[in-house]
Amino acid sequence: MISSGDREKIDEVIEKYRDDPGPLISILQEVQNIIGYLPEEVLSYLSRKLKVPESKIWGVVTFYSQFYLEPRGKNTIKVCLGTACHVKGAGKILDRLKEILRIKEGETTKDLNFSLETVRCLGTCFLAPVIMVNKDYFGKLTPDRVEQIINQYRKD
Amino acid sequence: MGKVNLYIDGKEVLAEEGTTIMEAAKQVGIEIPHLCYEERLSPLSSCRLCVVEVEGMEKLVTSCSYPVREGMKVKTDTERVRKARKLILELLISNHPLDCMTCEKSGNCLLEKYAYELGVSSSRFQGEKINYPVLVDNPFIERDNKKCILCGRCVSVCSDVQQCDVLDFAQRGFDTLITTGLNKPLTETNCVFCGNCLSVCPVGALVERGRKGKGREWEFKKVTTICPYCGCGCQITLHIKDGKVVKVTSPPDAPVNSGWLCTKGKFGFEFINSSDRLTSPLIKEDGKFTKVSWEKALNFISTRLNEIKGKYGGDSIAGLSSAKCTNEENYLFQKFMRAVIGTNNVDHCARLCHSSTVAGLARAFGSGAMTNSIGELSKANCILVTGSNTSETHPIVALQIKAAVKNGATLIVADPRKIELTGFAHIWLRHRPGTDVALFNGLMWVILNEGLEDRDFIEKRTENFESLQKIVEEYTPQKVEKITGVPAQDIIKAARAYAKSGKSSIVYAMGITQHTTGTDNVLTLANLAMLCGMVGKESCGVNPLRGQNNVQGACDMGALPDVYPGYQSVSDERVREKFEREWGTSLPSAPGLTVVEMIHAIEDGRIKAMYIMGENSVLSDPNATRTKAALEKLEFLIVQDIFMSETADLADVVLPAACFAEKDGTFTNTERRIQKLSKALNPPGEARADWEIICSISEKMGYPMQYKHPAIIMEEIASLTPIYAGVSYSRLGKNGLQWPCTSSSHPGTLYLHKDKFTRGKGRFYPALYKPPEELPDEEYPFILSTGRVLFHFHTGTMTRKVKSISQIYPEGLVEINPDDAGLLNVSQGEIVRVRSRRGEVKVKVKIDEKSPPGVVFMTFHFAESLANILTIDALDPVAKIPEYKVCAVKIEKLQ
Repeated sequence: MISSGDREKIDEVIEKYRDDPGPLISILQEVQNIIGYLPEEVLSYLSRKLKVPESKIWGVVTFYSQFYLEPRGKNTIKVCLGTACHVKGAGKILDRLKEILRIKEGETTKDLNFSLETVRCLGTCFLAPVIMVNKDYFGKLTPDRVEQIINQYRKD
Repeated sequence: MGKVNLYIDGKEVLAEEGTTIMEAAKQVGIEIPHLCYEERLSPLSSCRLCVVEVEGMEKLVTSCSYPVREGMKVKTDTERVRKARKLILELLISNHPLDCMTCEKSGNCLLEKYAYELGVSSSRFQGEKINYPVLVDNPFIERDNKKCILCGRCVSVCSDVQQCDVLDFAQRGFDTLITTGLNKPLTETNCVFCGNCLSVCPVGALVERGRKGKGREWEFKKVTTICPYCGCGCQITLHIKDGKVVKVTSPPDAPVNSGWLCTKGKFGFEFINSSDRLTSPLIKEDGKFTKVSWEKALNFISTRLNEIKGKYGGDSIAGLSSAKCTNEENYLFQKFMRAVIGTNNVDHCARLCHSSTVAGLARAFGSGAMTNSIGELSKANCILVTGSNTSETHPIVALQIKAAVKNGATLIVADPRKIELTGFAHIWLRHRPGTDVALFNGLMWVILNEGLEDRDFIEKRTENFESLQKIVEEYTPQKVEKITGVPAQDIIKAARAYAKSGKSSIVYAMGITQHTTGTDNVLTLANLAMLCGMVGKESCGVNPLRGQNNVQGACDMGALPDVYPGYQSVSDERVREKFEREWGTSLPSAPGLTVVEMIHAIEDGRIKAMYIMGENSVLSDPNATRTKAALEKLEFLIVQDIFMSETADLADVVLPAACFAEKDGTFTNTERRIQKLSKALNPPGEARADWEIICSISEKMGYPMQYKHPAIIMEEIASLTPIYAGVSYSRLGKNGLQWPCTSSSHPGTLYLHKDKFTRGKGRFYPALYKPPEELPDEEYPFILSTGRVLFHFHTGTMTRKVKSISQIYPEGLVEINPDDAGLLNVSQGEIVRVRSRRGEVKVKVKIDEKSPPGVVFMTFHFAESLANILTIDALDPVAKIPEYKVCAVKIEKLQ
């Protein structure tokens, strides 16, 4: 069930794009910002309201990695697996993160505290190997520093 | 359009400008390999298999989408092209199960075909394979994404042709798959199970569940014939192995349906091989049926009929012919009743569906049939659909209507129920049931008030316009709003859209005809069309959609109490003399009784015996309790059918008939197209074709009917029926012929009344609004409307014998608006009692917004919860059609 508060906000987003010829992606982005992810009932609701078939919406949200179909953790960890980071040992950083959080990439911890993602390049190769937690960068990492960084966010 | 000269593999081709290389190559017999291209769909250009070399161009081009140019030199089969194609095939099979030995598609698979042709037996590319599960989430279609080559044809057909948008691509890269929204099971989407995705799938990713393990593609005997369900007249190809229909397809060049089918046409044929088929004649002794020989049954019938005729006269016997049977059989049936029994008491179910059309349009135009053709609809600028749930009852016509909307046409739907087409409509007029005359008079008021009528057409081609003006004058939009509940603004909008489009077509069905004002309703639509000059032109007209596969033909053949074949009146002396001469006997001149009148005449003792061929009156006639009691009162009842129907149960003799797949003959579809059936199977047991049975009875009664084949019967029909005069089996090729076809050189008629109405001038018959016979009151507060649903057909005799269909729609339902359900305190799936002044039934509730508040809807498919126990047998005074669409009922909770 979509809460009435969320529904009101979703309706506002739809209203905002009323005259836009191709508003689907923008609407999905904004709705995701409201709820944190895109639950199935929200997709069905958007399909009915926008008169866009569910199959089409499903195609879009499963195509772009920016859309999430599962609840997200409070904190998003992005591990860079770009060329520079890869060479500098990003794999070991990722392994350590999986070990600490006990999840695989693309998953979220049970307590909804962390979501773990991998990306191809964060554009900060001089910091390799690098991860991002929310909007913060942590560069020139070694596996033994990872736990301490995670703990900072656990406290919040 | 200009023409373009080009060379393909050295052959000179003259092609239309704008055609693609693929199409131009086809013209000269060169088939370019392709997977995603399907000639009926827009090109997707994704598979790249159709690449060809074009001189002067560096890269290979996709021939399915590349347009031809003057002087172009194309090579379709060079080493370079072959190499490119092989690479594509290798990439495809690197991620394909290669289980051709057990794959249902083998022998008819394009991937297999091209791999064979190009010698691709293995792939250089080895790696991970997609491992999605096989999906069997519905009774009809199995989906195996492992075999899918992502060509996108199914997505295309679902969104562009069927316009249901159930399937689309999802995920990305290697994981890409075709699936439903949210990966829902098909049964939870708006899939209508037309199976058209399956028919375009080039590989084994989509297959019919029913054909699994029943044979390889090359083992099937294939016979193309005509679908026996609705009046669309789709061509179907039966795939047969060991005397059983394994699956059904349709030729892409079929004239009516272009190879597209609906769920009944695709999946509804298990009944043919059902073990419940009647296989030998039966005679009832002491209330029990016993198998007897044909000889015994025929002797019994002729003796009894002769006795009754001798004792009470020919008019004490009545016959019901069948809109399910062929033209030839209907012709013989009415000939038998008239020439052998000596009565005009012959009618059939058209009385119950479109007799008001025949009566109304014959008066106004002179011809009681669909004026235009199905294929013209997609080119109309405006379509008014009223009283037709087209998507469910004539699914292939609905495809044309949706295509028209896609092409930019304005769709007006006038219907009390929120039918699927309302989702496509620009204007939806939700009028109260039975207020049609008022609504369309209101539209005409606006048209006249704003001067939108076609003065020239009215003056030159019509008569009695002044009386229309006089009557319509009263129907201001405000007054009409009060009667119909449709906002005046919408009435004005619809009137303008219809009058101004240039090409407006009216499509209607039983929501218009099945009223005590049915004939008035039809005449009012005819008035509207004539007022705007929308008759006698392409993509215009007044188009009644006929319900049964051959209901048009049964009418054409004179299975009606007042006319001989070709609507020639029985009271016209010269006509009668012609038939007397040809049939070598004297014929009665007084018109006979209609369907419901026959039932009433049994009650007062005028009718003593009936011969019913292929009708299930107990379920299909209004006021079923009364119908059944009347049939039980008969001294003698013969029923000829393919199954032991509820009506056959009451018979003294039951005769086993062949079904459509087991005989030759012709059907005439809703657009007057006469098409040939082809015998594909032998009838079960001792069953015989209806025409053979009629001939044998006639012979026994001393009137020889000797025809070796239906083709010879058609010769006799043509000789006596001016509108069929040019019809012969040798002329009925792939596309059939549309009547009128008045001579052997006449090409047939696409649309009627081109320069002149059949009756000369079109005549306005203005009508005043009259309310239905029985309106809701305090005791019976709801209106009951009846009809059909997509999955079932009429009394369910055929569709309920199909397992998959029965699974998806197993039982009758009463559809109730959520508001009413709240007031009644009933919940989804609850069994309630629906009661009218004539009877009561228990039925399951479906809470649904389709019905407006105050109106409930039921079907007549299910004997266990039969709507016709409730319906009223009040008749239209002209056409004698019962008012199935409106009667008053109450809904009671069981506890």
